[in-house]
Amino acid sequence: MILSLQERERAFGLILIIPTFLFVAIFSLYPIIYSFYLSFHRIILGLPGLGQKFVGFQNYIDLFHDRIALHSMFNTLIFVFISTSCEIILGLLIALVIHQKFKGRGVVRAAVLVPWAIPTVVASQMWRFLFNDKYGLINFAFFGSDINHYRAWLADPFFAFCAIIFADVWKTSSFAALLILAGLQTIPDELYKAAKIDGASGWQRFTHITLPLVKPALLIALLFRTMDALRIFDLVFVMTQGGPADSTNVLQFYGYKKIFAEGLMGYGSTISVFVFLITLIISIFYIKAIGSRLIEDKI
Amino acid sequence: MLNKIAQKFLFLLVTLIIVFFSLLPFIWFFITSLKTEVEVTSIPPTLIPSGSLNFYRSGIEQYDLLHFVKNSIIIAGLTSIITLVIAIFAGYALARLRLPFKRVILGSLLVVSMFPQISIAGPVWRILQSLGWLNSYQGLILPYVTLTLPLGVWIIASFFKELPDELEDAARIDGCGHLQTLFRIMMPLAAPGIFTAAILIFIYSWNEFFFALLIMTQRDYQTLPVGIALFQGQYTLPWGEIAAASTIATVPLVLLVFIFQKRIMSGLSAGAVKG
Repeated sequence: MILSLQERERAFGLILIIPTFLFVAIFSLYPIIYSFYLSFHRIILGLPGLGQKFVGFQNYIDLFHDRIALHSMFNTLIFVFISTSCEIILGLLIALVIHQKFKGRGVVRAAVLVPWAIPTVVASQMWRFLFNDKYGLINFAFFGSDINHYRAWLADPFFAFCAIIFADVWKTSSFAALLILAGLQTIPDELYKAAKIDGASGWQRFTHITLPLVKPALLIALLFRTMDALRIFDLVFVMTQGGPADSTNVLQFYGYKKIFAEGLMGYGSTISVFVFLITLIISIFYIKAIGSRLIEDKI
Repeated sequence: MLNKIAQKFLFLLVTLIIVFFSLLPFIWFFITSLKTEVEVTSIPPTLIPSGSLNFYRSGIEQYDLLHFVKNSIIIAGLTSIITLVIAIFAGYALARLRLPFKRVILGSLLVVSMFPQISIAGPVWRILQSLGWLNSYQGLILPYVTLTLPLGVWIIASFFKELPDELEDAARIDGCGHLQTLFRIMMPLAAPGIFTAAILIFIYSWNEFFFALLIMTQRDYQTLPVGIALFQGQYTLPWGEIAAASTIATVPLVLLVFIFQKRIMSGLSAGAVKG
């Protein structure tokens, strides 16, 4: 068989992407479909004798009557909303600072990257220690050596939730800053010079040049941060275990507990499917908003 | 004039605050790891530790720290190598060859990388269980390769894309086959991009916790993040040892960040926006 040059190139290209396709198909796409299948069954890991009984939509009906599940969803959405908003605002501030030219900028940029590079588990332990009720630095910062006033932050439903948001904002604002910085770097200097000559103030240059032109980068940062915040797990696992009184329980943690601590593979998979659908809807919404520019630029 | 000085001062202040808060938790844990048992819990806090290495010693002797380090190095190392090889192939094909549905493929990779882990956790666990690969290196490396491939392919494709067409054409005219062109000509040129991808993939797999927690239930195979998350003392939390283990897990990453700051920044934005 004789192939034309173009056909040969196409065949070679297909062979090159087969390994990637296989990995994604086996460990990502198939598991998603399998999750759907499992969510229609009753499977209890500790009781293999029960087998896999088909229960139709029963798990979904249970899910919408499960108060803790609904509460976890509520917590997750509130967490996503507050933390990503803070991260985008702080990220923009950081990006504006590290975009300036000054001595030692490289070191400052590296320092800003440190929270991003630290394992989330380690960051969680650090913040748990800083929020410690007996010898935490945060208590000392507020109350000095007056131990009687020290608060058990992580044992209070409201403050525990705030602590998780705080730790997440600390950990991931730098990532948002990076994406926003990439956007700032595409704005030509001439625009600022021209505006200056025309007598625009610093604030005017910011609102009329920087903000509109950096908007696509802000949206992309928002997309990445939202998707990542939706799967928050490590911080909750280490800092609060979902407590106190489920005040910091989030969907990924609740699903993990149902499947792997309680062994409810069927019901737990319903949560998995639910989380997947929420993520899918939000990501489609974003990708529509950002447009295919993301990919067009690339290829 | 006065206005300019005030502006400069404000800028310096904001910069210092950002740097201070970025580094504070890490530095505090590092200081804590060098304290004695009494210094860890003292109020007011001890700012300058006595420099004792006790917690590192007891971490290694009582909590078997080095063995977590070994598992992490093996798993993050092998994941990086396997992902890179596969991502170089795919990245090259998607950036330089005429293929149908390129945009769809790149787009779906992006979407796949955004799946919450919980949506695939149960099935992945079942697949590995049926293969008998829970608590084995390959059992964690295979999911990690899948999770890091989108990042790797995107970065490497964007670096391949920037190379000029002429080199490839010249190689073809000189009679290089497709594979030879890729290995002899294109790969060396894209080496900076490949190296950048390697750093990011390594950091990702070194830090990953969720799948490591599910798949590695036996201490023998657990990675550093799992070890650090599950640290338990007999009565109270062993903060000194946790700080020592955290420092060991973090120092390599902090070094990477300070040495390769430029690469990491360009890589991360190449993975997301046009770099």
